[in-house]
Amino acid sequence: MFENLSDKLDKAFSVLKGHGKITEINVAETLKEVRRALLDADVSYKIAKDFTKKVKEKAIGQDVLTTLKPGQLMVKLVKDELTELMGTQVEGLNLEEKISVILIAGLQGSGKTTFTGKLALFLKNKKSKNPLLVACDVYRPAAINQLEILAEQVGVEVFTNRESQDPVAIAKAALEHAKQNGHNVVIVDTAGRLAIDEQMMNEIAAVKAVVNPQETLFVVDSMTGQDAVNTAKAFNDRLDYDGVVLTKLDGDTRGGAALTIKSVVNKPIKFVGTGEKMDALDVFYPDRMAERILGMGDVVSLVEKAQEQFDTEKARKLQKRIAKNEFDFNDFVEQIGQVKKMGNVKDLMGMIPGMGKAMKGVEIEDDAFKYVEAIISSMTKQERSNPSLLNGSRRQRVARGSGRSVSEVNQLIKQFNDMSKVMKMMQGGGMKNMMKMMGKGGMPNMPLGK
Amino acid sequence: MGILSFFSKEKKEKLDKGLEKTKESVFSKLARVVVGKSKVDDEVLDNLEEVLITSDVGVQTTVKIIERIEERVSNDKFLGTSELNNILREEISELLAENNFEDLKDFSVPVDKKPYVIMVVGVNGVGKTTTIGKLAYQLKKNGLKVVLGAADTFRAAAIEQLEIWSQRADVPIIKQKMGSDPASVAFDTLQSATTQGADVVIVDTAGRLHNKVNLMNELGKVKKVMQKVVPDAPHEVLLVLDASTGQNAIEQAKQFTIATEVNALALTKLDGTAKGGVVIGVSDQFKIPVKYIGVGEGIEDLQVFNKVEFVDSLFK
Ligand SMILES: Nc1nc2c(ncn2[C@@H]2O[C@H](COP(=O)(O)OP(=O)(O)O)[C@@H](O)[C@H]2O)c(=O)[nH]1
Ligand SMILES: [Mg+2]
Repeated sequence: MFENLSDKLDKAFSVLKGHGKITEINVAETLKEVRRALLDADVSYKIAKDFTKKVKEKAIGQDVLTTLKPGQLMVKLVKDELTELMGTQVEGLNLEEKISVILIAGLQGSGKTTFTGKLALFLKNKKSKNPLLVACDVYRPAAINQLEILAEQVGVEVFTNRESQDPVAIAKAALEHAKQNGHNVVIVDTAGRLAIDEQMMNEIAAVKAVVNPQETLFVVDSMTGQDAVNTAKAFNDRLDYDGVVLTKLDGDTRGGAALTIKSVVNKPIKFVGTGEKMDALDVFYPDRMAERILGMGDVVSLVEKAQEQFDTEKARKLQKRIAKNEFDFNDFVEQIGQVKKMGNVKDLMGMIPGMGKAMKGVEIEDDAFKYVEAIISSMTKQERSNPSLLNGSRRQRVARGSGRSVSEVNQLIKQFNDMSKVMKMMQGGGMKNMMKMMGKGGMPNMPLGK
Repeated sequence: MGILSFFSKEKKEKLDKGLEKTKESVFSKLARVVVGKSKVDDEVLDNLEEVLITSDVGVQTTVKIIERIEERVSNDKFLGTSELNNILREEISELLAENNFEDLKDFSVPVDKKPYVIMVVGVNGVGKTTTIGKLAYQLKKNGLKVVLGAADTFRAAAIEQLEIWSQRADVPIIKQKMGSDPASVAFDTLQSATTQGADVVIVDTAGRLHNKVNLMNELGKVKKVMQKVVPDAPHEVLLVLDASTGQNAIEQAKQFTIATEVNALALTKLDGTAKGGVVIGVSDQFKIPVKYIGVGEGIEDLQVFNKVEFVDSLFK
């Protein structure tokens, strides 16, 4: 997600290569590149300036020890500094109250309603809560309908009152409703508003006063430019919010706003949105994000994600089958299902060190597996469980049935065979080992291309 | 101010209100910088850099502007503040692509295309649907027969949202159910518009991030299907950009242009504190004119973009 920035820094650091010591002279060019990279990434002008200054102070005079090359040392310095800028702690939500109230605020179009739906799903599934959503956007056409549809999608209740034009009254009534109906979390969605709109800012301040939220979250679009400083600060001045939500990070924005906001208001970024689907929500890990900025990949969260999705019981069975050389197309389809459950394939690839760069320009579509599945579903039951049956004429039939070419069928079978071998080699560690292996750069030849 | 004379007082105030912050943060800062200096020196240029960068003009375009100014300054070492303002105004104007809409006094479309088909595209939440509602209202007010097409069949309640706008603007809307094929909605819309003898068709599309290949391809498909009804449709592909977006807007313009041949821009949310400076670079790099600006959430809050007036308002 920060590919461009890491490219830039890579380039900047390469300037240092060949020098044995960091001096004012050999660091100048690098810092210029760092600063430009930060500005291209939409980091606030002032913060980018301060940042490079700090890095410079730390870099100069440092004796470059034999273990580290100047470039590496600079990577470390920049990374440490970035991490510090983004906050060093992972912070959760405060949901201790009998009824915990979460107030959602932000500019128009930042993604508040979508996030409200995602948060409800997250709290319901991961925290076993019973959330109530409250529709307080009485202005935007069909905003209430939108929240209703999302609530239905994630299976939670929503409180609306189309008769009312008063968000404060709606919020108040919703709290009462929550009390009576056993909800333990109330998430209040509000209309988008400009920080300079006095009347609207008064309104949300009034909503806040009446619902007394444990968490006020400021939702901001990760594509935001230099205005992030102003808006984040203005909302904070009025609402003193508890955390920030960074949306649309599945885009290719460099996301400098993340760095800016954290350092301007000193509030933690608690969630990031990574897609339009209701489960496309992630917790924000500042340190990992810093590594990610520098193209070091986010192996930890990849592995965690894989573990979370991976059914250990199935894994054990699969291991046995691989060990006994029984891995077949049925297992293969299931593996694909696992990968798909983990989310956007490209996101996953982006988390693997070195892949960010390698994958640039390579487009993996969300439905990259579609044709694989089409081919496999055109096989007979016997062929699926005994792939060696697939001779020339059977392959032709499969190709016809799936609407793909014979060479695509051949390619898939070859990839399947390669994968079986790799899996056997890994002694049946299944997905988890595979992920580790991918992390080390030894990517098995997965059928991900077009 | 002759240039602004065709704007009603109210409209002009709204624009000024919207651009005020741009002006304040860019040019009054600059004015402060050069106060007490009789000539442009490096410090002035440095400060100009800060001013442009903090308006989201971007490093590349800022460097371009500054280099051009430096060149002119080197010819005349004793350039004063007011000359600098003029030069800056000229240089920025020059970067904004020529807009053949400019000469038109108000909202209108070419008369030789009937129906004139506008497809509205952009990333999520930039203001596509709202802009369509406002534009439909303006065109209808000018006596044009407008039909809307609800081809955002993806986002929850997007169809209802456009429907409400169609009621506000009092224009017909063609829609299907949520989740239906957007190309099919576009097809229906154009067919209905043709039968009705409509002058303008505006097709809404779902917001999509420009790096999602399959979603971008979908736009191509919508376009192709439109051409089955109106061979040279869409006549206008309007990319909506949010003024608060930073440098990513350049990538948005690039990718949407590759996918759909964008030929007009709308810049929304100029009533906020964001300066929208990125549009200068976008317009320059892709030679796409800015056609409309959004200055609020109300139905009247859309204006025809006029670059002279835009730049001029910055200096006022
Ligand atoms: N302040 C302001 N808000 C706007 C403007 N244009 C759109 N919006 C708001 O931005 C939000 C997203 O707009 P919408 O039209 O739904 O965006 P879409 O997803 O691109 O169709 C809504 O809350 C609109 O009211 C504008 O010019 N100024
Ligand atoms: Mg829309």
